[in-house]
Amino acid sequence: MVKVFVPRDTTALSLGANQVADALEQICGGQDADIDLVRNGSRGLFWLEPLVEVETGQGRVAYGPVTPEDIPALLDQGMLEGKPGHTLYQGLTEEIPYLKDQQRLTFSRAGIIDPTSLDDYVHHGGYVGLRKALARIPQEIVDEVKASGLRGRGGAAFPAGIKWQTVLDADARTGSSPYSKRKFIVCNADEGDSGTFADRLVMEADPFMLIEGMTIAGLAVGADTGYIYLRSEYPVAHKILNEAIARAGEAGYLGNNVLNSGKAFHLEVRLGAGAYICGEETSLLDSLEGKRGQVRVKPPLPALKGAFGQPTVVNNVLTLAAVPFILAEGGQAYADYGMGRSRGTLPFQLTGNIERGGVVELAFGVTLRELLEDYGGGTASGRPMRAVQVGGPLGAYMPESQWDTPLDYEAFSEVGAVVGHGGIVVFDDTVDMLDQARFAMEFCAVESCGKCTPCRIGSTRGVEVIDHIRANQERDYHLNLLEDLCDTLEDGSLCAMGGMTPNPVRSALHHFPDDFHQDRTTASRTPAGEA
Amino acid sequence: MNITATTDVQHKVRHIIADLQHKPGALMPILHAIQDELGYIPDDTVPTIAEGLQITRAEVHGVISFYHDFRATAPGKHTIHICRAEACQARGCRTLERHAQQTLGVDYHQTTPDGDITLEAAYCLGNCATGPSIRIGDDIHGRVTPARFDALVDQLQTVPLVIQAAQAGADRKEDSNHG
Repeated sequence: MVKVFVPRDTTALSLGANQVADALEQICGGQDADIDLVRNGSRGLFWLEPLVEVETGQGRVAYGPVTPEDIPALLDQGMLEGKPGHTLYQGLTEEIPYLKDQQRLTFSRAGIIDPTSLDDYVHHGGYVGLRKALARIPQEIVDEVKASGLRGRGGAAFPAGIKWQTVLDADARTGSSPYSKRKFIVCNADEGDSGTFADRLVMEADPFMLIEGMTIAGLAVGADTGYIYLRSEYPVAHKILNEAIARAGEAGYLGNNVLNSGKAFHLEVRLGAGAYICGEETSLLDSLEGKRGQVRVKPPLPALKGAFGQPTVVNNVLTLAAVPFILAEGGQAYADYGMGRSRGTLPFQLTGNIERGGVVELAFGVTLRELLEDYGGGTASGRPMRAVQVGGPLGAYMPESQWDTPLDYEAFSEVGAVVGHGGIVVFDDTVDMLDQARFAMEFCAVESCGKCTPCRIGSTRGVEVIDHIRANQERDYHLNLLEDLCDTLEDGSLCAMGGMTPNPVRSALHHFPDDFHQDRTTASRTPAGEA
Repeated sequence: MNITATTDVQHKVRHIIADLQHKPGALMPILHAIQDELGYIPDDTVPTIAEGLQITRAEVHGVISFYHDFRATAPGKHTIHICRAEACQARGCRTLERHAQQTLGVDYHQTTPDGDITLEAAYCLGNCATGPSIRIGDDIHGRVTPARFDALVDQLQTVPLVIQAAQAGADRKEDSNHG
């Protein structure tokens, strides 16, 4: 029986993976070819999806991107024996340079295992970290995370070990609420940044890793309940996570007595409802409590007064997913990767107008240009790249002069950019940077929680001001006004939504001034990029 | 809505509340469950939810109106979300959205006059390496060109007839069982 892998992650499905799987089963069934079809996660080589893999004596052989119509020819040309010949043959999966040169710690199992098979997970090193954690006292677990140098991967890059220490030390016995004496672990899986899908891929390709990471966090700080706050835009992740949580519970990895340790840890997925702001941790907590997702004033820190007023660890998916490795291999093994104060690896996500889009997990320190050219292979349109937005909709647009900046939290901060969650969106030379700046303001207006005035009103005024610039109405006055408005948003907003919306606006304005100064009122506008 | 239907809705909503109200922060799961069941959250269920959770109607209304997903009116038979975010912009979603609005004859948050399709915006479907992306129900589609969009819409308008026929059959069977 030949093992054949057809991914079931969102991207593979969005490109017809289910139809490919159906065609394979139907045609192989008709030919009496005995296949064992496994629905794996994705390797994250998205330009090759649907990527069909066949297990052979030499390793797994890849074919992609496969359509259902390709299946008969692929079978005729010996796909089930892993033979070359067909144009979609990619050789041994592990030898594909894009994958081979990565430093995969968090994504080490992605696409290799069946995401809902606990046996697969354990067989590939899963739950080693939890077993080690169970043999330690909470302070030792927190110390291991501190030693790793792991910083929050959601964007703010706050040291995870210090956050955990605060929650461990917090006194949960105060108060008279039904939740007193309790602490919580909340996983921020509201991955709303455009150009990011690493959280999604963790949840769809290796969900037990997140479950294990959260369980370890619970042991470390004394929390018996965890919530995964998942965005509703991820229906596939939702299904896979719930399946994995049920299996972990049945096997004793979750519940009242985790692996007979006497320690309890319960886990539940909670769905958001389409609000970008709920990726901000205090909005998320309000939403989790059943309220409007409005930003809270800090202090108190969520570590001291978080979910239901109790001490709470709020960490991003990637932060929690890094924890099993850190416990299994030791904090130092993780800290050995990276540069400066950015330790470990970050899964970069190559997206937008890029030839080879996907997940590239590397140690901090790689330059943007290496990612864009060596991995990404240029634009998908074949046109020159013009601007690259890093770190989501609140991140700066970077011109080519900045592409040699190493991806490191501090180095990016020095050039006025952010690494954020590692999303990299590529635009070719047809992009109109005025449109992009306008969209940043429009997005802020749509998604603002409305609690503070600069964000709520300033974003709407921002759209209007940019429209005046576009219409060539008192341009200099409005350009000054836009700068002034950006100052107000930056200095006066309660959270990063309003505070960072000026990043894309100002970077577009400063690095691509031509797009803001050309006369658009005449019909013969110079195409962007050729000015 | 006739009296029987209203009673039926209230009954379903009470049932959902009873199932979920023990959860900490139960309102969001309850609203999701109601919308999954009914397709939207009718205004006349707000007092029932408020009573069930011992909170004010204003609080319930405030939460429903805050989140883009929750709707107070019935959607069309199918809901299509077009991703408007940057990674899809880089792959042509602005052209796609104009095409969709023109061919369907509706703007965002509107339903086609035949009640078939509701058009909504999404700000990232997490499919950013293979945009532009759209979501139809729980299915996400990548690299959606205007032509591909038309083909997907055509499928929606033809496939459901089969489902409708099957559903009608099931309903008749149920009716006869009750009869």
